[in-house]
Amino acid sequence: MAREFWRNFVNGIFKENPVLILMIGLCSVLAVTTNLANGIGMGLAFSFVMVFSNIFVSLLRPVTPHNIRIPIFIIVIGTFTTITDLVMSAYLPELHHALGIFIPLIVVNCIIIGRAEAFAYRNNILNSIADGLGMSVGYFWSITVLAGLRELLGSGTLMGIPVVPSFFKPALAFIMPPGAFWGIGLLIGILNWSIEKVKKKASKKEVVTHYHT
Amino acid sequence: MGILGKLFTLFLFASLVDNIVFMRFLALCSYVGMTSQYDASMGMGIAVTFVTVMASIVTFFIYYYILQPLNLLFLKIIAFILVIAALVQLVEMVIRKTSPYLYRAMGIYLPLITTNCAILGVTFINIDMTYNLLEVIVYSLGVSVGYTIALLLLAAIRERLNFSDIPNFWKGYPLVFITSGLLALVFLGFQGMAH
Repeated sequence: MAREFWRNFVNGIFKENPVLILMIGLCSVLAVTTNLANGIGMGLAFSFVMVFSNIFVSLLRPVTPHNIRIPIFIIVIGTFTTITDLVMSAYLPELHHALGIFIPLIVVNCIIIGRAEAFAYRNNILNSIADGLGMSVGYFWSITVLAGLRELLGSGTLMGIPVVPSFFKPALAFIMPPGAFWGIGLLIGILNWSIEKVKKKASKKEVVTHYHT
Repeated sequence: MGILGKLFTLFLFASLVDNIVFMRFLALCSYVGMTSQYDASMGMGIAVTFVTVMASIVTFFIYYYILQPLNLLFLKIIAFILVIAALVQLVEMVIRKTSPYLYRAMGIYLPLITTNCAILGVTFINIDMTYNLLEVIVYSLGVSVGYTIALLLLAAIRERLNFSDIPNFWKGYPLVFITSGLLALVFLGFQGMAH
């Protein structure tokens, strides 16, 4: 059981990474990553809604009629999105203002609805928690890496602290809209390249072992 | 500037200067997902235009005539998304009954639209900017035109890119995003028009 939990958890981090492999939930990832602090804030808000809606969709399975499951998912997700929205505007007003409409838009985030439909609706609570946590970690590392990259190249700082030597001239384009597209394009390209390399290595190993036997 | 001039400026602002895809990063799922064929992106553009304008009008009345008098503003998110979901269903049924041709052109895209964040995003922006009804209609129309332009541009470029000779790991999505970055750079030029 612990093994199953672990397998469901790891699934979302690399193999089915929602942002970099499945290409869903991109809007918030590209829009708020102008600096690292925003990326982390968005990642945490998303994780909260993701895990709790997975839990409640899984809990409500016995009483959910199959025909109207999608509206029920939407109400569950909308409830947690509203909670996040109100709590953030009360306690973190600056961050809430910076993230803007992307906090209420978590309700139509394809990742959360997709996992509710494809996983939480068909699995028990423990596995749904594992899946929600895994997807959150996958989303969180993608958004923080992209935010860090953009802040580093665009303004030469990390979390607002200058980290680059003085001869480096930051490229302003990277914190403007084009930089978001270039940043995620580069990330996906590098990921594809490393996957290709790993696969090549694996197939080479196979050939060698075959030869020895 | 008369009222018509103001509305025209708002239309240009919504469609080009503040393009929903390149400047606001909304509706990216359909932007990268639906643009592998030119015809499909045209159908998606028409369907989104139709639903965005209708949803903006309906949510305008719901916000100002139901939620605000009853002091239920915290229900905004849930109310809007449910209204849009119901509206999409309704539109789909009406079109299927009345116009088989239109249904074939945009029917398969309609269910996808419920989770299209551009539509919900536009309804939130309408409320945030406190537009009146006329401005809401013009703004949502401008946004949808901008969305369609973005989709058609990328679809046309992608048809060419299929034949280009590039390293394997850049094919597909990475190249789509690099291209979008260049398109966004072009649209950044329209910002000068705002002043």
